[in-house]
Amino acid sequence: MSVATQDVKRAAARPTIAVWKFASCDGCQLSLLDCEDELLAISEAVTIASFTEMSSAVIEGPYDLSLVEGSVTTELDAARIQEIRANSAVLVTIGACATAGGIQGLRNFAADGSYVSTVYAHPEYISSLSTSTPIAAHVKVDFELHGCPIDRNQLVEVLTAYLAGRAPVIPDHTVCEECKARATVCLLVAKGTACLGPVTHAGCGALCPSVDRGCFGCFGPSEAANTASLAGQLLLGGSSETDLVRLFRTFNAGAPAFSKEASIHDARD
Amino acid sequence: MTHGTKGADRVFSVEGLARVEGEGSLHVHVSDGIVTDVALTIFEPPRFFEAMLVGRSYLEAPDITSRICGICPVAYQLSACGAIEDACGIAPDERIEALRRLLYCGEWIQSHALHIYLLHAPDFFGCTDAVELAERDRVAVARGLSLKKVGNHIMEVIGGRAIHPVNVKVGGFYRAPTRAELRALIDPLEQARDDALTTVKWVSSFDFPDVTGDYNFVALLGGDRYPIERGRVGSSGGFDVTLGEYDALVVEDHVARSTALQARINGKPYLTGPLARYALNAGRLPEIARDAARTAGLGSPCANPFKSIVVRAVELVFACDEALRLIAEYEPPEPPAMKLTPRESVGYGATEAPRGLLLHRYALDANGTIVSARIVPPTSQNQLTIEEDLRRVVEEGLQLSDADLTHRCEQAVRNHDPCISCAAHFLDLSVERM
Repeated sequence: MSVATQDVKRAAARPTIAVWKFASCDGCQLSLLDCEDELLAISEAVTIASFTEMSSAVIEGPYDLSLVEGSVTTELDAARIQEIRANSAVLVTIGACATAGGIQGLRNFAADGSYVSTVYAHPEYISSLSTSTPIAAHVKVDFELHGCPIDRNQLVEVLTAYLAGRAPVIPDHTVCEECKARATVCLLVAKGTACLGPVTHAGCGALCPSVDRGCFGCFGPSEAANTASLAGQLLLGGSSETDLVRLFRTFNAGAPAFSKEASIHDARD
Repeated sequence: MTHGTKGADRVFSVEGLARVEGEGSLHVHVSDGIVTDVALTIFEPPRFFEAMLVGRSYLEAPDITSRICGICPVAYQLSACGAIEDACGIAPDERIEALRRLLYCGEWIQSHALHIYLLHAPDFFGCTDAVELAERDRVAVARGLSLKKVGNHIMEVIGGRAIHPVNVKVGGFYRAPTRAELRALIDPLEQARDDALTTVKWVSSFDFPDVTGDYNFVALLGGDRYPIERGRVGSSGGFDVTLGEYDALVVEDHVARSTALQARINGKPYLTGPLARYALNAGRLPEIARDAARTAGLGSPCANPFKSIVVRAVELVFACDEALRLIAEYEPPEPPAMKLTPRESVGYGATEAPRGLLLHRYALDANGTIVSARIVPPTSQNQLTIEEDLRRVVEEGLQLSDADLTHRCEQAVRNHDPCISCAAHFLDLSVERM
């Protein structure tokens, strides 16, 4: 067998990966390009079949693995995600927009139509749904990677696990535990700083407390997050109902635990 | 890419213009050798940031607006901080300003390295992407990735992370890095500055189409230094105005084909970004960057949009050199943030995002709740000029084959590093000849 034929066979055996963008900031797919040390190795281990931000070469589906960034906010995108799902053996959502509707999910709590007329002189030109919804509200999702943005090491772990045929090892504890692991003094206890660390999914490595800032929930709610208990504590510490609505209603506003807690305080406000 | 013939008409199109941030569409219509219509259509599903900001706290503007763009989050954070601080009637102290400028250098380095090596350079080699380019010149692509990593590293050390940094706040920073933390950046930055000089040589050897634009350049004006994080706004047409005056000059239209607003000044298109900054501020570059530009044969102003990659490389040299200067002179701000008291007022903030001028304006009530917001991103401002470039490129390239002309049109868009995430969602390109 010639070297050239071997190359072709190897290429054919590589899994194909596609990266898709919905309503988002591009930051999570940029995380893939931010793998400066791994990017060329990744591109040798897989065939990047469709990744518009990186390449003008497009290989038709079906794809072995699709990474999906962004939330669904238009009729066209609601149809497009169905096609992508049908063309993907495995579908992984990356980031807060794809897993919880993102910051643009704030429209879900606004009076219908009020947003479009604030921004655009001609609302009639704009074709947009009144909601921003996560990908899992539309199709089956095989794995969700949280974060606003995602952590690139976790992305490399997901890709590595996929190539090795095993489940990704992504911790599901809280930011609070990450703080303890890096021996950061608890801001909530020591300084009374409002902090979502006790109810937020791990993944960032407790970045904010390490710079003397309370966690603001980029990675969304952790498993079985006791938001009511934390909210009670924050109210005792001097936070207002408005503060709590704002705290729970940001990039993961649509995640059920945060959405519910924010609504409780919104009603009291 | 598809080509087709319908009767006597020639129609061809490319769907999904790649290697830009975000997606939109582009259409050129040629009839009897005359370009009759050019349209850059932007389909970004609107995310309504200006509406989302209403009712939020003045302290939340930097974190919320950074989510407009994952490629230039620092631009959004610092334009927002500047506008809120202006509304509160305070100017940042020098140490805070210097640390902000250093963080911003990190963003320029990562964004320019990304655009030069991964998005733009493949065009000049007929490659579809940097992976294919690496098969021909792995050393070059590795150099680009290494530069990009240094930029990201600066953002991680100061900001906590490269995408949506967490350490920036209205008034300054949550925590000031130590001198030792910044000193650790010196060796990688010295290597990066050498790599940036090599980058200028590399890109200036590319084969450029001979195209000259007739641009109305608009950029911040630096004082003693090349502008990044503050300044008045100037133009090649001769205006020199405050941010508030600039806010009044820029008129944005909403047209049916675009979810990005299209900006004009005095009824005319204009251009922001590296070509504009360089045209208005070349004399403010440090010697090492001016030398690199001179050796590369780059005149000032440079009005060939295809040579924007050379200007970007010169700015890369500047950003590395400037970061080294700022680290050498670094004094940790103490406290790391100024105290602000909100008041009922309007404030303006503008900075130079890697791809152009970014203006924020906020109106606050007495409690610091945001009453209204205006955000004018670079790509909205450049959109009409990109269309003009496209018209020029097609008019001057009619002798080219369909495939070559289409490719050149794609390049003409990429020349301006459009951040269509800030403004667009789906960019496909079609050209019709009749």
